Amino acid sequence: MNEIIEEIIIEEGSEIIRVENLRRHFKVGDETVKALRGVSFTIRKGEFVTIMGTSGSGKSTLLNILGCLDTPTSGEYILDGLSVQSMSRNRRAVTRNRKIGFVFQNYNLLPKTTALENVELPLLYNPEVTAKERRERAVKALEAVGLQERIYHKSNQMSGGQQQRVAIARALVNDPVIILADEATGNLDTRTSFSILTLFQELHDRGSTIIFVTHNPELADYSSRNIVLRDGKIITDTINPSPLSAKEAFEALPKDTD
Amino acid sequence: MNLINLLKIAFKALSNNKLRCFLTMLGIIIGVASVITMLAIGQGSKNSIRDQISEMGSNMIMIFPGNMQRGGVRQSSDNMETLKVEDYKALSTVPGVAAVSPSVQSSGQLVNGNNNYPSSVYGINSDYLDIRKLKVKDGSMFTDHDVKAAAKVCILGKTVVDNLFPDGTDPVGRVIRFGKIPMTVIGVLESKGTNSMGMDQDDIVLAPYTTVMKRILAIDHIQGIFASAVNEDDTEATISRITEVLRSNHKITEGSENDFQIRSQQELSEMMNSTSDMMTILLACIAGISLLVGGIGIMNIMYVSVTERTREIGLRMAIGARGIDILSQFLIEAVIISVTGGIVGIILGCLATWLVTAIAQWPVDIRMYSVGVSFLVCTITGIFFGWYPARKASNLDPIEAIRYE
Ligand SMILES: Nc1ncnc2c1ncn2[C@@H]1O[C@H](COP(=O)(O)OP(=O)(O)O)[C@@H](O)[C@H]1O
Ligand SMILES: [Mg+2]
Repeated sequence: MNEIIEEIIIEEGSEIIRVENLRRHFKVGDETVKALRGVSFTIRKGEFVTIMGTSGSGKSTLLNILGCLDTPTSGEYILDGLSVQSMSRNRRAVTRNRKIGFVFQNYNLLPKTTALENVELPLLYNPEVTAKERRERAVKALEAVGLQERIYHKSNQMSGGQQQRVAIARALVNDPVIILADEATGNLDTRTSFSILTLFQELHDRGSTIIFVTHNPELADYSSRNIVLRDGKIITDTINPSPLSAKEAFEALPKDTD
Repeated sequence: MNLINLLKIAFKALSNNKLRCFLTMLGIIIGVASVITMLAIGQGSKNSIRDQISEMGSNMIMIFPGNMQRGGVRQSSDNMETLKVEDYKALSTVPGVAAVSPSVQSSGQLVNGNNNYPSSVYGINSDYLDIRKLKVKDGSMFTDHDVKAAAKVCILGKTVVDNLFPDGTDPVGRVIRFGKIPMTVIGVLESKGTNSMGMDQDDIVLAPYTTVMKRILAIDHIQGIFASAVNEDDTEATISRITEVLRSNHKITEGSENDFQIRSQQELSEMMNSTSDMMTILLACIAGISLLVGGIGIMNIMYVSVTERTREIGLRMAIGARGIDILSQFLIEAVIISVTGGIVGIILGCLATWLVTAIAQWPVDIRMYSVGVSFLVCTITGIFFGWYPARKASNLDPIEAIRYE
């Protein structure tokens, strides 16, 4: 069955991520915590993958490795044709800067800083981008997340949903090959969660490749593929040929009246 | 990552915390301001000492009876009688000696009618004026003839005139008494004011040395010889020639010690310079310590700042900042604080220096080098004390940093 799935995906696009037999062990005192115990999969351009699992199943550990923040204890990781294990610390930083967009659970915006400046931040670490281009791209990214009216608002003057939108714009601004979101809706109420999910679906429709980590099983219906982890292993990896529309779900939700 | 972006990031981070930034700077500001002020005062007093010494005649050579200083204890030369008039006469033919005068001195009461004034009469010859850079303002100097005749004539300094002739009458031609001896005032010296050691240089009475020796002190030795070298650079050589002449006159055998001591103004000026140098060093040390304290303040605040901004550092790393970028950012923040503090400190130091002259009337001199050095020290302080916190920041693990609460 897996082979059939692979063939369908190949038609969708080229390989962005390939991991093979990924293991990650943590030494805690005398014990070894095996957070990942041999994970293998391939993600192709244009996929919207949700990764699910209970707390402690290794989702964040996996995402940190995919995001080049961490290196596996063993196994292979190829990102956009590049082998990540063989990279130096600096090389990985540059790779994060050019190829990856991160969205965190707690937004992680710079305090007392405008939305525009927050979104410009990744481009500040890319010397090839001029000040003018940086600004244009940041404005475009903010437009893409629907915050064109709020580019000069400070991060602490915005609601959680708006802050997460800024964070998503920041993840988009460097035109990454993949967007990695770790519990991106974890801090938000249901309504706002669905509006953020809607945004991710829109980005996906426009061609972004997304990995969306969540412990909420409901959200699997809204992605094109769902991987479930348990105790550091993949237990299911299923294609969802007809994802639900988050927009419709959002509109169906009762509006806040108070 | 280019420098402009780095500066932008650092400025932004600093402007998010203006008050703390200013308080951190304060240490540097005070440090630099005190360095500038202290060095200006030190340099100022050095200048004024130098000016006064050159006014007194920088090529002056003084010869006194007795041994040179030995083992830190200078032996009293008051009751030594090793210098004679012949010695002084012999010195006038020594090459390199421009002028030479014997010196004897007697303290006593000067009397003019109802006015009394205790002072000292210096017995000298007419060369003395050249040697000490003195000038007769009114009247005239005594002549060689007066010296030969031990004439009872004298020249008064301004302080003496003010005390003996408080009503302002012209003292020239008047007869005053020194003890029991009547002396005719034939001239008044131009005022020189107080010297750098606070001595009144106008509290002086000059008379022919013969008069003081024979009529006042009744002695046949002299208490000292003042000479001047033809030029300042020649002083050393002239001193050694004088030494040779005096040793042979005194029949001092090879290996024996001199029975006289020679001091030059140059030596004196070196001594005074080293004293004021020591003062300057001391002041600079105090100022330097406050700069050090300022630097430690920077380090302290930078450490706090790194801990406080751990999440921010983690985020920056997650979106692609390399270790070097984080290091540079914190280093630049430290340097901005220290250099801005330095600039404000320099301005404040100049202001304080100006106040010192305006209020206390101390001589001051701000040297460009002290400004330059302060600036350099500030930058180095920033880099030095910013280094460890910055390195700590750049070595953070991005995953842990971004989870930090
Ligand atoms: N830095 C670490 N040191 C030690 N153990 C860790 C570390 N990071 C994660 N773990 C452990 O690895 C397992 C997986 O963690 P994580 O990937 O955060 O799970 P999830 O994100 O699915 O909740 C957990 O048992 C966790 O305690
Ligand atoms: Mg997690």
